[in-house]
Amino acid sequence: MNTWKLGILGFLLVCACGRGQQAESGDQTGRAEGEKSSKRVVIQNKGSDTLVNVAQAWAEHYAKVDTSLAVAVTGGGSGTGISAMINGTVDLANASRKMKDKELAAAKKNGIEPVEHIVGYDALAVYLHKDNPLSEGTIAQLAAIYGEGGATEKWSQIGVTVPGCSSDEIVRVSRQNNSGTYAYFKKAVLGKGNEYKLGSRDMHGSKDVVDLVEKTPCAIGYSGLAYATDHIKTLCVKKDDAAPCVNPSITTASDNSYPIARPLFMYTSGQPKGHVKTYLDWILSDEGQCIIQKKGYAPVRAVKCD
Amino acid sequence: MLTKLPFRRSTTGDQHRAHDALDWAWLTDKAVGVLVFVGGISAIIFILSVFTFITRQGIGFITDTMEVGEFLTSPAWRPTSDENPTYGAFALIVGTASVTGLAVLLAVPFSLGAAIFIAEFAKGRVRETLKILIEFLAAIPSVVWGFIGLSIMNPLIIELFDVPVGLNLLNAGIILGLMSAPIMTSIAEDALKAVPDSYREAAEAMGATRWQITWKVVLPAGRKGLLAAILLGVGRGFGETMAVLMASGHSINIPDSPFDSVRALTASIAAELGETAVGSDHYQALFTLGILLFIVTFVINLTADLVVNGIKKR
Repeated sequence: MNTWKLGILGFLLVCACGRGQQAESGDQTGRAEGEKSSKRVVIQNKGSDTLVNVAQAWAEHYAKVDTSLAVAVTGGGSGTGISAMINGTVDLANASRKMKDKELAAAKKNGIEPVEHIVGYDALAVYLHKDNPLSEGTIAQLAAIYGEGGATEKWSQIGVTVPGCSSDEIVRVSRQNNSGTYAYFKKAVLGKGNEYKLGSRDMHGSKDVVDLVEKTPCAIGYSGLAYATDHIKTLCVKKDDAAPCVNPSITTASDNSYPIARPLFMYTSGQPKGHVKTYLDWILSDEGQCIIQKKGYAPVRAVKCD
Repeated sequence: MLTKLPFRRSTTGDQHRAHDALDWAWLTDKAVGVLVFVGGISAIIFILSVFTFITRQGIGFITDTMEVGEFLTSPAWRPTSDENPTYGAFALIVGTASVTGLAVLLAVPFSLGAAIFIAEFAKGRVRETLKILIEFLAAIPSVVWGFIGLSIMNPLIIELFDVPVGLNLLNAGIILGLMSAPIMTSIAEDALKAVPDSYREAAEAMGATRWQITWKVVLPAGRKGLLAAILLGVGRGFGETMAVLMASGHSINIPDSPFDSVRALTASIAAELGETAVGSDHYQALFTLGILLFIVTFVINLTADLVVNGIKKR
């Protein structure tokens, strides 16, 4: 009998742990709403991890521009933002990929017409450990490393010897399968209809990818350029063997010369109205676009910032 | 004393009798009875409602989309593919099983040793200090353990074993072992303490040494509780999410050495559920993983009960 009790207790503990985590995050948003709604209008803004830092910066700056409006920003990934849009729980969904047809259909079923707005561009940098001698690579080489059926498993196959990586194995660092970065890299590098090789280390955030690659000599990873640091190397990418190699930067992302740069989206439910429209217009103004540029992403058009 | 009770009325003898039961003591007794009953069956209610909830969320996938063979034997977990989503959970099941197995392997000797030392050998202040420290160890949040795995164990494993990446089965196993050891230790210690002192006294009277008492008398007498301790540790390992997510490498892979990265069932649910549209195939597939976890935990507990009762009868 004693074991039964212990067993049930143990099971409940397990349940309680799982539930505790969920409740926590829900609590925070709930509190933010509760605190602010009495004083001012709150816009719920949720989604892409790539955009979360920018969205936060926009929200903070906008609080000074218009005190009657507050923006509550949550990350979690493009999938999170889009599913929140489908479920009608956010005003603005951030996404680093386009909504899929399936998702659009699901939204329409719930009576929501998502409207897409491009708010900036992001160059997807391919990261290497700083000791890695590789400096340039083609999309095809990346596809052979990451894609299902690709033959590249060892660094020596690309013709480099990586110091500190005695096993010679390429440690592929990727993202969890709901991330917009994951979906975009798959489309842009592996090509439509191709899958990732199984066995990559799937990190749960853009920054985690950079952190792991920084500490692992054998690793290669992809993540937004804004997460680059001085302790890590970015690969110069060639579209094909004939093309010149292009380094990821704000300029090369804006002028479309960098082959793996993608637009960043904000989705609204229907054409934006009222406060959401004012906020979105401000994001697309020179002031808003200078903020995104400062954060390491490319603005939608050339802007002059101080 | 009786005259002070508020429900007592000074009426005729018969009525007096009828109202006799309606005093505060009677009410308190009934109220507490109901409360204790509700508390007692609440565990059953909770378990049933949790099971009903996850089954309802996952059943659509099981009946419509899932192919049992693929789900249990294919490692291809690609639920977000546009063209051809596949739901193979084999690598996740192997991942969870291997991490838990390694964790138990590492934790059992340490926690049983600690329990024996605390219950049988340590005295006074040493014993109290150790008990408090072990409780502290149990209070460390799992995300902190995960962080230790990510930032301390990862470079350490790379350095020590010269492997390409330190987020692997070994890392997750050690972290999970450290997490389940305090629980195993305190339950095992309770089990040893529950062995009556008269056993020890009898053995001592026969001229047994301290170790002989522990090994030949106390451990066999407390084995039921020790087994419960180990199985609870296994349950802890199965259910742990955050630390495993951070330390295991989160890689779909069938491991053939402790230095391979793996992915656990719980970690997959944690990483993917938040970003999935409610009701989609992927969402339901994740709940199916939840059902699988639930069933496995249930089987572990049931086995524990059967084994323990079996020992008892003999």
